Amino acid sequence: MSVTFKNAVVIGASSGIGEAIARQLATEGADVAIVGRRADELQRVVQTNPARLRPYVHDVRHYDETPALFERIVADLGGLDTLVYAAGVLPKIVESEYTFGKDRAMIEVNVIGAMAWMNLAAARFEAARAGTIMGISSVAGVRGRRGNPAYGTSKAALTTYLEALRNRCARYGVNVVTIKPGFVDTAMIRGAQGLFWVVSADAAARASLNLGRKGTSASGFVPARWALVALIVRSIPSFIFRRLNF
Amino acid sequence: MTRGPLSLRTDASWQVLEGFGRAVRAACRTVAPTDQEELLDVLDRAKAEGLSVTFRGHGRSYGDAALNADGLVIDMTLLNRMLRWDPVAGIAEMEPGLTIEGLWRRTLEDGWWPAVVPGTMWPTMGGCLSMNVHGKNNFAVGTFGEHVLDFDLVTPRGEWYRCSPRENAEIFYGAIGGLGLLGAITRVRLQMKQVDSGLLRVEALTGRNLDEVFDRFEQRLPESDYLVGWLDCLARGSALGRGVLHRANYITREEDAAWPRSFHTEQQRLPDTILGLPRSQLWRLMRPFVHNPGVRLINSLKYQASAFEDGVTYLQSHVAFAFLLDYVPDWRLAYGDGGFIQYQVFIGHEAARSTLKTILTLCQKKGLPSYLGVLKRHRPDPFLLSHALDGWSLAMDFRVTRANREALWALTREMTACVLDAGGRFYFAKDAVLQPDEVRRAYGGDRLDRFAALKARLDPDTLLVSDLARRALPSFSPRYAPAHV
Repeated sequence: MSVTFKNAVVIGASSGIGEAIARQLATEGADVAIVGRRADELQRVVQTNPARLRPYVHDVRHYDETPALFERIVADLGGLDTLVYAAGVLPKIVESEYTFGKDRAMIEVNVIGAMAWMNLAAARFEAARAGTIMGISSVAGVRGRRGNPAYGTSKAALTTYLEALRNRCARYGVNVVTIKPGFVDTAMIRGAQGLFWVVSADAAARASLNLGRKGTSASGFVPARWALVALIVRSIPSFIFRRLNF
Repeated sequence: MTRGPLSLRTDASWQVLEGFGRAVRAACRTVAPTDQEELLDVLDRAKAEGLSVTFRGHGRSYGDAALNADGLVIDMTLLNRMLRWDPVAGIAEMEPGLTIEGLWRRTLEDGWWPAVVPGTMWPTMGGCLSMNVHGKNNFAVGTFGEHVLDFDLVTPRGEWYRCSPRENAEIFYGAIGGLGLLGAITRVRLQMKQVDSGLLRVEALTGRNLDEVFDRFEQRLPESDYLVGWLDCLARGSALGRGVLHRANYITREEDAAWPRSFHTEQQRLPDTILGLPRSQLWRLMRPFVHNPGVRLINSLKYQASAFEDGVTYLQSHVAFAFLLDYVPDWRLAYGDGGFIQYQVFIGHEAARSTLKTILTLCQKKGLPSYLGVLKRHRPDPFLLSHALDGWSLAMDFRVTRANREALWALTREMTACVLDAGGRFYFAKDAVLQPDEVRRAYGGDRLDRFAALKARLDPDTLLVSDLARRALPSFSPRYAPAHV
């Protein structure tokens, strides 16, 4: 059963994978609400398809604003069948750095913001017995790596949350999709060392939407070959893993 | 972290709520106040935030009467105290969330039973009042509202009214059966019925077709305290409308060998097993039979079996006779994921037989027969939006599936036209399908205008809305239209 996306909201759409997903959805004919912090960046995205894209300036950490904004978007679009949560932050953490502020920001944006938006969509979609919820998690959630403890934690949390949401809602016809990208060429990772298999945001978006379109509540790596990496990383015993440098 | 009072719009929890029939549902914000003060505070905040409000008890309305898509549903079930019980006069004063179960458990040992109960003991007082429910004795004692001595209603603006047939009578007759659209019921005082025994004498009677069912019903009516008919809605031709009547009468203590033990709650229990199977799991056994051939088989067996008990009388507890729907817990799950709708038509005495034949035939012709048919006799009552009239009602259950939904809704529209042509009415506690023009024809523009005027007076901000009001009574709910998926 292939899903057609008609009325979508993409949170974190002012750059990166979120932007690419929003633009592709619009190209396919969906009406898309794009949510992001930066008005000028949102405007730039809107200009690519003004007939289909509508900007909403919002910081996902302002949880009090989420329900009212969600309702406004639903009303503006005249319905909602798709929610994509692509907001995510990855502050640079150097060796021997322990900064609570950065950790907190990652949990707030990558996890709590996702819950604030997805809860609203899940309730709505469960009642409607239809709809797609897509979350952009990461291959980083597979293991607790030394490089950035909070980022890995936030993505592991998001992956688990999406899995639970899927187990909760799939029986009601809701399509809950977990996207776990590897390295994607966006501002988030620019300048980082040791990258490989880097794909463009457009390619990642295309693969993500293809997984979502299946309508099978898929959970997958983007590109798919990261599944192999995840498998290997997962199977390394802890006493070895702690000696590794990635 | 310190902050002001929580915003309902942001902080109320979301819940996907269903009508009892499970065929309609909505994502709603919910909050469950624990006392009257909190209830008033919630109403205040909802008004300030522009959030529409629906009251909900135990969710026994079959359709969308207690749903509020995207709005706020106030769960009243924690306001469930018995405030005062007078065992001499038989008067119970209650909070609105108390159930019929909570009521009879308290009163029966003193020899009092609720004068009007529906087929289940789980509705709350607020729900019974706002839907003005009826029972198997509607023809004799009227609706629930006729036994309400007085109640308190608080409007969304915080005005408080004590309502009785003498005091604020217009609100009394409007809010009983007023679907919770006029204000919050915060207290109900109810006159109970004195009973001499905890048992009833029950007689079963079969009718080979609808005419015989009607004849025997009418014949037994004057001498019955309760009378209800089960119809096999799948029987065709000369057996169309065949069924079994159950008549019940109060008995004196002399006739009750178990007196006074029969009053005790342990004598009022529903059987733990039915046909040797645990009651709680029975719905699973029913599920494979819930389709046309399956129900045809079950109905035939039930009807044939009833031939053996025709004219047989036996004693049965009040609970066992009254709460047939509670025999099989979760029976509604047997209808599957799509749920079912109940659709109850009320038709005046003269037109009832012919209209019901037309309706039964129509359902069969469309291949959408009702899997349960319950026939009752009614009398008019003085309430503004009353469903009761001098005539008959047939309540029908229709299974809803993805495949039949559209055809089923179209069928109800056709049946509704038949009922309206016969001057009939409907019952909002059971309704999931009526459209505004149909409601207007059923109730008359004058009654609806009077109700609208009352609503404009008590709830000028139109805070109180429900999915039912949006669907069937849009003139009362103009402001907070939901954005549906």
